[in-house]
Amino acid sequence: MKRVSLDPRVSRIDFAEGENPQNLINENIDQWETYEVFTQKKRGDQHQHVGIVHAPSKDLALVMAKEQYARRGYCVNLWVVPTASVTATEYEDSDIFDSVPEKTHREAVDYKVKGKITKYLESKKTMA
Amino acid sequence: MSNKVEALKELLYKMADDQLILGHRNSEWIGIGPIIEEDIAFGSLAQDKTGHAWNLYQLLEKMGEGDPDHMAFSREENAYKCSHLTELPTNGDFAFSLVRHFYFDHAESLRFAALSNCSYPDLSGLARKFYSEIKYHVFHANSWVKNLLNGNEESKAKMITALKETLPYALGIFENGPHEETLISEGLFIGEEALKAQWVEHVSGLLSSYGVELDFNVEPKVGGRNGYHTEHLKPLLDEMTEVVQLEDKNMDW
Repeated sequence: MKRVSLDPRVSRIDFAEGENPQNLINENIDQWETYEVFTQKKRGDQHQHVGIVHAPSKDLALVMAKEQYARRGYCVNLWVVPTASVTATEYEDSDIFDSVPEKTHREAVDYKVKGKITKYLESKKTMA
Repeated sequence: MSNKVEALKELLYKMADDQLILGHRNSEWIGIGPIIEEDIAFGSLAQDKTGHAWNLYQLLEKMGEGDPDHMAFSREENAYKCSHLTELPTNGDFAFSLVRHFYFDHAESLRFAALSNCSYPDLSGLARKFYSEIKYHVFHANSWVKNLLNGNEESKAKMITALKETLPYALGIFENGPHEETLISEGLFIGEEALKAQWVEHVSGLLSSYGVELDFNVEPKVGGRNGYHTEHLKPLLDEMTEVVQLEDKNMDW
């Protein structure tokens, strides 16, 4: 059965009479492992975690990461790390990050503006 | 000896047509790529190719050949000078598409490296402009070919079949044009023979390092550079120009 579609690639596919195109999808397909991706905007900056990619190997993970996360912005360096290599805390233990109320002096609330100050100083530097 | 300008035009046309037709072929994977990440990557590479074609047609426009849109979409089939390699249909075979990309982009990389010394400054400028994109295209192609050749028995078999079957078409990239002597004597280009020798040495060495030995002494599939094409080009052009043919010729995109 020829399907007529606006997409010529779909029109070209020749389905057998009565065949459901859904059957062409392999539901048992294996997924590759995931890699965590980190980009660096310029030399000396911290690498920032930006997301994950599926890949069959380290070098293809770099290729995929380049395309997904470094295509539309500045990037001078990429890291990829197998997700399996990451050790993480459990969400059910997230109360370990709480502290008793009278120790607010420990919380870095006053540092909230630090990012803004750094940004302001940077902009002054580039203007000068 | 033929005219320098004619020789340069011939070189630009075949390069631009290769990029345009291969860009179109590779874009056929958009939406149906083997995995989402590669779907995006392959589409992005295809877009780069079309961009290179546009830049090359612009050089031809500067030499009085008319509008790039006209050159891309409104010429007769035999006016296109693309190689047969770029015309072949994709047929849902990703191994073939990858191998074509691998063979073509190594040729392109070496071609533009040679052209960075071209005596026509606009073309040597383009060669430098494309450098980083082509470097990444080759990195992408090598990574895939190497991984699939070292994957499982099935991926290795598919890659070796594709490498063998595509080779005569890849060698057709280096079909001599009518102005080879002029291109060389005017310092425009090293010529197809020299480029082919570089390519064979480079690609065979690379494949060797991936564990594959191919016989490169096979008969090239030629004709494209002289306007003789496979039966696959005409349907591609019809499909590619379908919208342009519907619209007012003077419509502004």
